[in-house]
Amino acid sequence: MDKLLLLGDEAIAQGAIDAGLSGIYAYPGTPSTEITEYVQRNSYARQNGLHSDWSANEKTALEAALGMSYAGKRAMACMKHVGLNVAADPFINSAMTGIAGGLIVVVADDPSMHSSQNEQDSRFYGMFAQVPVLEPSTQQEAYDMAYAGFGLSEKFRLPVLMRITTRLSHSRAGIIRKEQLNQNPFSLPDDPRQFVLLPSIARKRYKILLETQVSLEDNALKSGFNVLREGKEHKLGIIACGIALNYLEENFPAGIPYPVLKIGQYPAPKRMLQDLVSACDSIMVIEEGYPLIEEGLRGILNNSPKPVHGRLDGSLPRDGELNPDLVGEALGVTGQQGPEIPEFMIDRPPALCKGCGHIDTFKALLEALEPYGPGRTFSDIGCYTLGALPPYNAINSCVDMGASVTMAKGAADAGLFPSVAVIGDSTFTHSGMTGLLDAVIENSPVTVVISDNETTGMTGGQKSSALGRLESICLGLGVNEKHLRVITPLRKNHDHNVGVMMEELKYQGVSVIISRRECIQTAARRKRSK
Amino acid sequence: MKKSNIILSGVGGQGILTIAAALSLAALRENLNIKQAEVHGMSQRGGAVQSHLRISDGRIASDLIPKGRADIILSIEPVEGMRYLPYLSENGLLITNSKPFVNVDNYPDPDFILGEIKKIKGSIILDADDMAKEAGSVRTSNIVMLGAASPYICVDTGSIENALARIFDRKGHEVVEMNLRAYRMGREAARR
Repeated sequence: MDKLLLLGDEAIAQGAIDAGLSGIYAYPGTPSTEITEYVQRNSYARQNGLHSDWSANEKTALEAALGMSYAGKRAMACMKHVGLNVAADPFINSAMTGIAGGLIVVVADDPSMHSSQNEQDSRFYGMFAQVPVLEPSTQQEAYDMAYAGFGLSEKFRLPVLMRITTRLSHSRAGIIRKEQLNQNPFSLPDDPRQFVLLPSIARKRYKILLETQVSLEDNALKSGFNVLREGKEHKLGIIACGIALNYLEENFPAGIPYPVLKIGQYPAPKRMLQDLVSACDSIMVIEEGYPLIEEGLRGILNNSPKPVHGRLDGSLPRDGELNPDLVGEALGVTGQQGPEIPEFMIDRPPALCKGCGHIDTFKALLEALEPYGPGRTFSDIGCYTLGALPPYNAINSCVDMGASVTMAKGAADAGLFPSVAVIGDSTFTHSGMTGLLDAVIENSPVTVVISDNETTGMTGGQKSSALGRLESICLGLGVNEKHLRVITPLRKNHDHNVGVMMEELKYQGVSVIISRRECIQTAARRKRSK
Repeated sequence: MKKSNIILSGVGGQGILTIAAALSLAALRENLNIKQAEVHGMSQRGGAVQSHLRISDGRIASDLIPKGRADIILSIEPVEGMRYLPYLSENGLLITNSKPFVNVDNYPDPDFILGEIKKIKGSIILDADDMAKEAGSVRTSNIVMLGAASPYICVDTGSIENALARIFDRKGHEVVEMNLRAYRMGREAARR
């Protein structure tokens, strides 16, 4: 069969489709978005009715995937790392209920925070929930793990967490496919109480989960995703997790002289770790993310039998993404280097596109707020977060999806007036609606500006759950019709828009201003495709 | 042994991913191994973007090119290519468009930049925007640059032309021809 040239994300999607996937559920988030987009484009998936529409947020996505699993079918939920915080409740509890049809939760971590607020390592969530974790090192392994992951999930009747990081998500390589499997037939769970986590049942389910751990460890030794390779020199043993293996191999083109334990499946294979530690004088742990294995090896008392090197002793940086140069340096492999970056090099940070509606919204808001002074605009996650940068300097917070509305309310409770939230349309339906309900119930004096570009812009223009529904949602939540205003952020409307904002900023209750103009990127794409 | 380590650089929206796609497709056609790391998400919005493209008939370990190991830095924008100079190998080439993309206030004097680039051993400078206009549209300047780098990449030019034809096929015959023209003009210019 011909090789397919796929991103790591796309390889996961193709692996899942080939393994008989029935539905994928996700909210867009860099670097995970391309998994779901691939299924949406895939002709086999379309012809066979695989579900691939976007969900309102990661929690609804994971719950829907669990529901599909309940009905016996293979399902996948995808998200970025911080999305798993939103979906943590169903994720942890899906380990308690267990699954029926295979369930893979794919989480794409973003070390170095290329497009994120933090660089949390999702392997910890896997350990926390006590479910198997798969971490691919290559695009082919991403495919193979997605393909095999459903079987693993069904074998132990547990969800499987698959963890990938930015670099592999967004790097392409040739993939060899396996045989296309059929979807599972529809069925109901054998045990009608399996998914009922009443305390009395939950206690039994938890015992089952705990008892399964031994088999999970045993499986991690046999799966083929963990491999202990011999080496001639035993002064050092190396543990390489996921993509770190590639950076290690890059530094030794003629072969690695030391024993290497490649880890791709967790719980970590204890016996392999023991064999490596006892055979070598010291250990180097190379992990893309937090020092999970390294901390475990050191132990809480830092009394590992052999010296352990890695991110905690400074051999590798404590934070940020790895690369072949950092790994080479840690192992004493010196490379060459080209000319220095010239001193006149400029920064070229991302910026709002020329002609973007968010710009006109910010300009109007800044003018309307001028009499009150700075420090009163809470914002959120999306393109408009770039409003924090010059020349706008327009926002004072960006924390998590939906936090603009609730932080504005809390600050208003503390006496800030006016207190403003700026949130995008898709972020609003993701997690802003519930906060607005809090504000409506207490009639808090907040002005919520929904900067509505009718798409999920930052991740590339996916369909927004808010499309065509914002006014009815706000009214349904109880926003007073007189204080639900709609404006069009265009330069020619600037004075009018400032006027509307000034009126609502003065109001001692909940106002919502929908500032609506389609994303220019989405609009251009729509025109091109016509 | 066939091997090309290429860093593609430019500003979001200049079309470096199209270059990467064309070279990857061409390499795949010749049964070569490929790894191509690219930037998606926030940085695409008018920011500096790069892609690491590795082609080889042997195994490729890392998705990222180590410092000092890039055979070519191919840049659609003069300043952006210099951002990755530490990656350039001893005999590597810096092939760059001379037309600046100015979207920041502190952009250095373009003539000074070109002077600095000329000092770098192995630099090739061409006005891709001019050639692209001649080929039919300034938007093909990325393809002009691909053409300029093509004589130094371990993939046959026929395979690259084939890949371009496939990539632009859905936009119609004229767009395919325009891009092939741009590609050939770049290739000719760099050989001189």
